[in-house]
Amino acid sequence: MTCIEIRDLHACIDGMPLLKGVTLSLAAGEVHAIMGPNGAGKSTLAHILAGRPGYEVTSGTIRYDGRDLLIMTPEERARTGVFLAFQYPVEIPGVSTATFLKTAVNAQRRFCGKTEIDAIQFSKIIQEKAEKFGMNHDMLRRSLNVGFSGGEKKRTEILQMAMLEPRFVMLDETDSGLDIDSLKIVASGVNALRSNERVFLVITHYQRLLEYIVPDYVHVLAEGRIVCSGNKELAFELEERGYAPFMTNETTNEAS
Amino acid sequence: MAAESADAVKAVQAITDRKYKYGFTTDIEADRAPVGLNEEIIHFISHKKGEPSWLLDWRLKSYKLWVTLEEPHHWARLTYPPINYQGYCYYAAPRRSSDAPKSLDEVDPKLLETYNKLGIPLEEQVMLSGVQQNSAIAVDAVFDSVSVATTYKKNLEAMGVIFCSISEAVHQYPELVRRYLGSVVPYTDNFFATLNSAVFTDGSFVYVPQGLRCPMELSTYFRINEKNTGQFERTLIIAAENASVSYLEGCTAPQRDENQLHAAVVELVALDGAEIKYSTVQNWYPGDEEGRGGIYNFVTKRGACRGRNSKISWTQVETGSAITWKYPSCILQGDQSTGEFYSVALTNHYQQADTGTKMIHIGRNTKSRIISKGIAAGHSNSTYRGLVRVLPRAEGARNYTQCDSLLIGDSCGAHTVPYIEARHPSIRIEHEATTGKISEEQIFYCKQRCLSHEEAVALIVNGFCREVMQNLPMEFAVEAQKLISISLEGSVG
Repeated sequence: MTCIEIRDLHACIDGMPLLKGVTLSLAAGEVHAIMGPNGAGKSTLAHILAGRPGYEVTSGTIRYDGRDLLIMTPEERARTGVFLAFQYPVEIPGVSTATFLKTAVNAQRRFCGKTEIDAIQFSKIIQEKAEKFGMNHDMLRRSLNVGFSGGEKKRTEILQMAMLEPRFVMLDETDSGLDIDSLKIVASGVNALRSNERVFLVITHYQRLLEYIVPDYVHVLAEGRIVCSGNKELAFELEERGYAPFMTNETTNEAS
Repeated sequence: MAAESADAVKAVQAITDRKYKYGFTTDIEADRAPVGLNEEIIHFISHKKGEPSWLLDWRLKSYKLWVTLEEPHHWARLTYPPINYQGYCYYAAPRRSSDAPKSLDEVDPKLLETYNKLGIPLEEQVMLSGVQQNSAIAVDAVFDSVSVATTYKKNLEAMGVIFCSISEAVHQYPELVRRYLGSVVPYTDNFFATLNSAVFTDGSFVYVPQGLRCPMELSTYFRINEKNTGQFERTLIIAAENASVSYLEGCTAPQRDENQLHAAVVELVALDGAEIKYSTVQNWYPGDEEGRGGIYNFVTKRGACRGRNSKISWTQVETGSAITWKYPSCILQGDQSTGEFYSVALTNHYQQADTGTKMIHIGRNTKSRIISKGIAAGHSNSTYRGLVRVLPRAEGARNYTQCDSLLIGDSCGAHTVPYIEARHPSIRIEHEATTGKISEEQIFYCKQRCLSHEEAVALIVNGFCREVMQNLPMEFAVEAQKLISISLEGSVG
């Protein structure tokens, strides 16, 4: 059973503290939403979980299925099922989306001791999945994220998620810059993958995404800590009252 | 971070585990000329090959000029100790019981094994009646100084295509050789071309007759095996009126501590409406991580678009050699002729590459296109040096040049040196150049998608080279991509 145990996590970047004691338990089958104002540390938490270099974890632990996640390399985390849908997906000129994904899927398969998928088989699988996200053949042949619209980038992230079938999925503000049609497509992609074996961590500013991806739990992250947790009703409450009641004066000065 | 040091460890393991794949030697008895270069050696080579006197005279003329020339090391961005031209052996051939193998069955099995190890099929695939053989490639294999086998010769001959070693062509088709040899790269051209004219030993000869599109890819594999041997091959390709041909060239050498010398000359001639596509995957031994050993690659390649509407296209993927000095060029004589140059030059460790092209626009409405991708890693230096010259008669000439450089790490250098000389007001010349680095965001993104550091770098670099790679014939493109990944191993810091 997949589970993530974050205990009293403190982290900083260039000496500036960003997380100040985050404790969070995520279990298989659950969808957790993390909400909070700009600069609260939401993306930082996702990046640390994915293993992005540059952050310093000063104390605390993260256990992933009982293993110490913090000593795993980013690619080891990815290969064992950690997936981050990026807020700002990166461009890779000259590498088509299909080629990129084939390389990724086969790297994962090799790690799991499975045989690699050949080009013909792969192209069949990817086209089937791509269609579901309103992506045509032409998009798969274009260089990854180069000249993609905001919506196309996010759909591509969800396509990658669907191809890699991760066990722990983080969506980092996947709803930002999305029109309503893309939002629905992205949400349906996520919902299709919801299962008893998977954990989702949905990071968002707004309650809107959560109308489509209904969370089991909602947490408010402010000033580098989880300041409040509840069920999906908490999201509606936040939408009405804003984040101000959860914040001290200290936070209002922090940059995003 | 822990993640970073784990990567470093893996990178180090990768270097120690997988070194230059083709670094083996073949233990075979060789017929060698004494070390050193003098008139006697020229006589020796010419005699060994049973050459006609006109060719011996040409060699001697070249030699006499060469001894008066100075090695050109002022303008290229290359540094290397002086080359001792007297320290090389200028002729080495595998010793054979008979004079020459009459068929593939007579080729020494050790040689066949060598080419098998290199992944080059010297056995012809049996043609099955009614079965289309699309992937067949005719191969000429050059081992040290001689061509050891040419495949599919009979099939090609039946169509009128001549594909053989240049030594054989001298005997079989003397008029053609005499007419075109030195007509694009004269023996007076430059220090290395002059040396080649004096001592060239073997290479390939191709003649595609009028109106024929050669249905098979032709290729030559060059292999330097003998110690202290220079390889001086000479290749001559002629496409007659409205003929077309695609030619591939590959090269490897054993791993040796000393620097071996390679100074080839390639001449292409395209007549009216003819098209020649010349692709190279150069993978000579690049030297070790400390810069010891490796091939010195001083090559003169030039094509003449003699006829109207003719076209010559050079594609090169250069990953090997300690030093690369190479400028495949096009002389656009015929009106409406087109020259193209697509290049990937990848240097790692202490490799140095000074490579580019020359496009000489002489005819009216001539067009040229230059796409150059330089990748430098480790302590290496990669320089693009290109000349676009438009002569007064070349009304309506056009050139497009794009030079992109990618730096990996901070101890390497990438340089772009374009020369443009235009003497007609109606012409259009465009030049674009970029220099970039692989960003940490790109690497992290790839790692988040299961790729290791090295896999990520190889993927990004292959993407950077795509415009060039897609010009390679299919089988070669796959090889070249793998080669880039291997050449980059241990480059990421």
